[in-house]
Formats: sequence, C-alpha cells, structure tokens
Amino acid sequence: MKQKAIVSLKNINVKFDGEVILNNISLDITDKEFITLLGPSGCGKTTTLRIIGGFLEPDSGDVLYDGKRINGTPPNKRNVNTVFQKYALFPHLNVFDNVAFGLKLKKLPKAEIKEKVKKMLSIVDLKGYEKRSVSKLSGGQQQRVAIARALVCDPEILLLDEPLGALDLKLRKDMQIELKAIQKMTNKTFVYVTHDQEEALTMSDRVCVMNNGKIEQIGSPIDIYNEPANAFVADFIGEANILNGYMLQDFKVNILGAEFKCVDKGFGDGQAVDVVIRPEDIVVTTPEEGILTGEVTGVVFKGVHYEMEVKTRGCVWLIHSTVASEVGATIGMYVSPDNIHIMNKMFSAAYNEFTAEVTYANEEENYVTVSIEGNDVDIKDTYYEKGTCLSIKLPPDGISIAGDGVGHMRDLYIESVIWKGEYNEIILESDERKWLMQSSQDEQVATYVPISFDFSKAIILPIEVREDEDEI
Amino acid sequence: MKSKKLALPYAIWMAVFTLVPLVLILINSFQDSNGNFTWDNMVKAWEYRDVFLYSLKIALISTLVCLLLAYPMSYMISRLSEKAQSIIIMLITVPMWMNFLLRLLGWVILLQDGGPIDTVLNFIGIDIQLKDNDFAVILGMVYEFLPFMIMPLHTVMSKIDKSLIEAAQDLGANPFRVFSKIMFPLSIPGIISGVTMVFVPSASTFLVAKYLGGNRQMIGDIIEATFNSNRNIGSALSLCLMVVILIFIILANRFGDEEAVGV
Repeated sequence: MKQKAIVSLKNINVKFDGEVILNNISLDITDKEFITLLGPSGCGKTTTLRIIGGFLEPDSGDVLYDGKRINGTPPNKRNVNTVFQKYALFPHLNVFDNVAFGLKLKKLPKAEIKEKVKKMLSIVDLKGYEKRSVSKLSGGQQQRVAIARALVCDPEILLLDEPLGALDLKLRKDMQIELKAIQKMTNKTFVYVTHDQEEALTMSDRVCVMNNGKIEQIGSPIDIYNEPANAFVADFIGEANILNGYMLQDFKVNILGAEFKCVDKGFGDGQAVDVVIRPEDIVVTTPEEGILTGEVTGVVFKGVHYEMEVKTRGCVWLIHSTVASEVGATIGMYVSPDNIHIMNKMFSAAYNEFTAEVTYANEEENYVTVSIEGNDVDIKDTYYEKGTCLSIKLPPDGISIAGDGVGHMRDLYIESVIWKGEYNEIILESDERKWLMQSSQDEQVATYVPISFDFSKAIILPIEVREDEDEI
Repeated sequence: MKSKKLALPYAIWMAVFTLVPLVLILINSFQDSNGNFTWDNMVKAWEYRDVFLYSLKIALISTLVCLLLAYPMSYMISRLSEKAQSIIIMLITVPMWMNFLLRLLGWVILLQDGGPIDTVLNFIGIDIQLKDNDFAVILGMVYEFLPFMIMPLHTVMSKIDKSLIEAAQDLGANPFRVFSKIMFPLSIPGIISGVTMVFVPSASTFLVAKYLGGNRQMIGDIIEATFNSNRNIGSALSLCLMVVILIFIILANRFGDEEAVGV
C-alpha cells in the first residue's frame, strides 16, 4: 500500500560549526501516518523536525510539501504546527488565550474561535480549564494545552519534539495512548521525535531510527524490532544479545565456536558478521539438548518473565524466560533458525588499518615518531628512517580511551557503543576516518573522547616507496 | 537561621544610615529653628510647586525618551549571541566609569556657543541655541540615565524563552505579531523597573539643569541650595519629593501587576 507522501526531505545536509548534523537525509512522510524519529541525543532527529517546521534551513537539499518545494518559507506560512519540547506556552496568557492564539491570528470570528477552542479542550480532556493560568497547571496538563494549541489550527502535520520528556513514567504511559488516540481521532499526520524506543514502538505506524546524522532504518515497529538492519538498531530497539560470528556457509553461522542454523544466505563463507538474538528467543533446555551450554550467573524476577544472565565461553548472554533456573546451574540454550538475525558488521574490517609517515626517528633509543592526522605519536621498539611511510594494522584492543584525558588523539566522536557479551565494541570517528575499539568500560554515544594507541599489539610494516623507479 | 544572621550587618547599616536620617528629615520638616512644631516649612515648600512641576515634567520626558531609545536597542541586543551581548552591555556601562560631573561638563563644552557642534552647524548655515534650554537638560538626563533603562530591559528580554517566539511563529504570527503579542507583554516587567530606575533619579537630580539649562533649577538644585541655609525647609522639600516619588512607584507597580498577570 503505497500512499502519497505529504512531506519529502531530499538529500538534506546540515552543518553546524563545521560539524555534520544531518548527512544526506532523505525521508518521505506519508499522509496521515504517525511516524517517529528515534535515536540517541545528538543524532539529528530534532534538527530534522526543525527543518520540516521551517525553523532551520538546510545547507543543501530540498523540503517538499505536497510535491512543492518549500525551502525558505517561514514557519508562520507553513501548514505545520509544533508541540515544543518544554511546551513553550505563553506565560502571560490563560489556557483559552493560549489555545486561541493561532485562531485569533487567522482573524476568525469570535464565536467560532470560542467553539473551536472549547471542542479542542474537550478532546485533550481539559474541559472547563479555559480561565486558568498556564503556569498553575501540572506538566501533563500543560502538555495537553500545547497539543490543543497546535491542533486547533488544523494543521496537515503536527510535529512533536519529545513532548513527554518532562513527564513522570505513569503519566507518560497514559499520554502515549492518549496521543495515539488523538491522532486517530483528528486524522492528521504526526511526526514525533523521541529517544525512548518503547514510546516509539507503542505509538508509531512507522519508526525512523537515526544515528549520527543518518537514517539507519525506516519501518514498522514490528519490522524494526524483528528485522533490525544493523547492530546499532538491534541494540537501540529493545534488548538484544549482539555477538560476533562468522558464516560457515549459507544458512549456517558460527557463534562462539558453536554451529547454529539460520535463515540467512549470501554473505560468503567465512564472512565475519554481527549476530542478533533477542533474549526472549533463547530457549532454555537441558545441557544435553542445547547447542551451547552455559552457567547461570544471575536471575532477576521481572514480573512477566525472569531475566537471566548466562555465562558461556567467556561471554554473557541475556535470556528472558518464564521458567527460572537457579544461579550456578548449567543450562543448555537453543535458538530456532528464524530467530537468529545475521547482519553485516557496521565496521567492515576487523582491524584498524592506516598509514602514517615517520616524522622523527631515534635509532639509539629505538623509537620513531609518526604523524597520525597531525598528532605526533611515538612508537617504541621500532626503527625506520625518517620519511618512511608505515602501514599500521592495529587490532581493536590496541586502542583505549585515554585515562589522562590527553592521549594520542583528542575529540574523537563516539558513533556507536555495542555490548558484545564480553566487551563493548565502540566505533569512533576522527577527522579523517573511523576507528574500531574494544573496551570493558561503557561509554556514552555522541560524546567526544581522547584515545591512546598501544602499538605493541600492532603489525607495522614499511611501505616501499618506489618513486625512483616510477620516474624511469 | 544562618541566612538571617548574615543579613544583620546590612540591617544595622540600613537602620543607622537610612532609617534614622529619614526620621530626622521627618522631624526637621515640622520644626522651626528653635525646635518647636510648625507647618511653616510646608507652606514654604508649597511656594516651590512650579519647580516641582518642572522637575516632574523634565523627568517624565527624559524617562520617555530613554524608553523609546532603550527598548528597540535592548531588543536587538537580546537577540545577539551571548558573547556579543555581554560585550555590548559592558560598552554601555563604559560612560558610567567616568565621574558624573565630568560627563556633564563634557556636554557643556560640546553644546556651548562656539563649541564643536555649534561651529559645525554654523558652518552649514544653521544657527540655533543648543544650550541653556529644556532640550539640553533632557539630553543631559537621557545621556546620564539611559544605561539604567537598557539594563533591566535587556535582562528581562534576554530571559524570554526563544521557544516562545518560535511557538508564536509556528502558530502563524508574522514578526510584527510576535513582537506585539509575545515580546512586548512579556517585557513589561522590564519596562516598569527601567522606568522606575530612570524616573526616580531624574526627578531628584541636580546640577544637570544648572549646567546645561542655563541656571534653570530643578527641585534637586533647590534642595541643595536651601539645605545649606535652612535645614528645616530643605527637609520639608525632600519630604515632599519623597512622597511624590513614592506615589509614582506605587502607581508603576500597580500597573505592572495588572499587566503581568501570570508571569
């Protein structure tokens, strides 16, 4: 069922202070759908919303509304209304005047304004609140005023920027259901921004998962949950065991040395892959029947199910099961082939491979200094002549977050952090390239860190420069 | 409580140097030189009613001019980056680093016959009296008190949440409506305190009218002169001025409360 797109973003790029906020985003928003832009803070979701609202102009790319380009049209001339993150209610106006604000600007007759405001207040369950001061309302009530104020203008599209962020958990859950009901009742397109995956799954017709200025996956909540496009999406949506594996052949994958049947093919034999298994898809069996066996290290009762941590071959698996096993027990684990999700690794190589030129060489003390993106880094127990170009192959555990806060390179952007059962696999971005790192520590995505290199783990070879021969 | 103890030195200071003098002024106002009760000082003060009115007129006009100049300026400043804002606000206070009298005398030199402005005007064929009139007095006052208007206005305006402006635009407000429906009503507390901070010192100021107004006298000048010869009449004049200013402040705050409901 392909419906018409009401808003289309085409190749949108936004830079701010030299930093890429949106990287070539294209997105079609279907008429009357509830679409959620989901991602960690700093992923560009609010920026995308502000572009649709007209508060921000993209550096390049087109914004189409109903097929017509609307770049440069100011917010007051767009048939789009916004519910702001902190509601942005006008403190000097009461509830009625806040909601009536847009209608008064449209110069509608007074009686009509009154009727519409009244109707809208009853939709958001605030009947009789007309004369109250907005600053005296609770968070949930203010939020509903904000929704009423935007919806009463009868926009084609309602943009909602984390509107439930300031509410407590109970109220959030109620409002999630209420918002969805309001969307159904008013039959409008809702574009919703949140970092809360549960919120996104509960309310949306479609979810657009974003990270680092790019769209990782767009699809229905069920698709996104069951068929995540990559390890980032799997990690961000719901809980997941994300493991390193490699394909033995089509329909067969090796995970932690054990052979699992799967439904994926075409990766190429021996190809390293990310394997995603949801905790509820792991079946607990007797040790004999399981494909893998492990020792239960923790059990927590979660109401509907037990959450178990099972250690197997150095790796910790998360299992949701309605039957509890005792801590210390050895259990078997079985996963049916269609519950094993195989995906390409986000970082295509297993090593960090790069070249660097020797800028200083000390034969006596047996070390060289190389320049990596303008940073001078010493490599001990190695000697090559000054000017030699080195090919360096550094494994992920040869990089660590610099504890002294300075390190060899500074301000690397953390693009993703994924727990691989025994360590975090972290993808970092410097000015020129991406780096793969392993760390036992947890790090925060979208922050900047300094790193140190440990070249004792690296394979370093000189690249033979054959300039002379080339010239001949 | 600790916080109350910390305020004690200030309370003592206020009592000794503000409350006591106020009481003394009150007593002095109703005493003759022998210390007997009398209404004569008040009757004498009544004779200066024209000066009172003149002072209030000049103060009101100066306040209005300050407001008209400061409002758009504060608005523009509040929309700049935070760094630019603090630099401009600092620049605005620069004239205050210099002595009040020096600034006043500077204007005297600028405006006097044969001064730089007069010379330039004469050269292009305009011959007008720049000094020794109400215009010069108001000019001096505005120059003197403009920062006191800009500061509170800027403070209030820079605190207005930018998302309120975006919300108004989002609901269909053009730039003019954003200003009249959101910025202006929300900046009223700043207007009130700015007006108070300019009007009160303008009404009681002295020397400006004397230097720039060609020996015109405002009530401040009269009080200064009278106090030296007759402390009792001086006190009575001060008391009257205080009452007038008090009434003004009450009116201004009343207006503010009504306008700024819910802020």
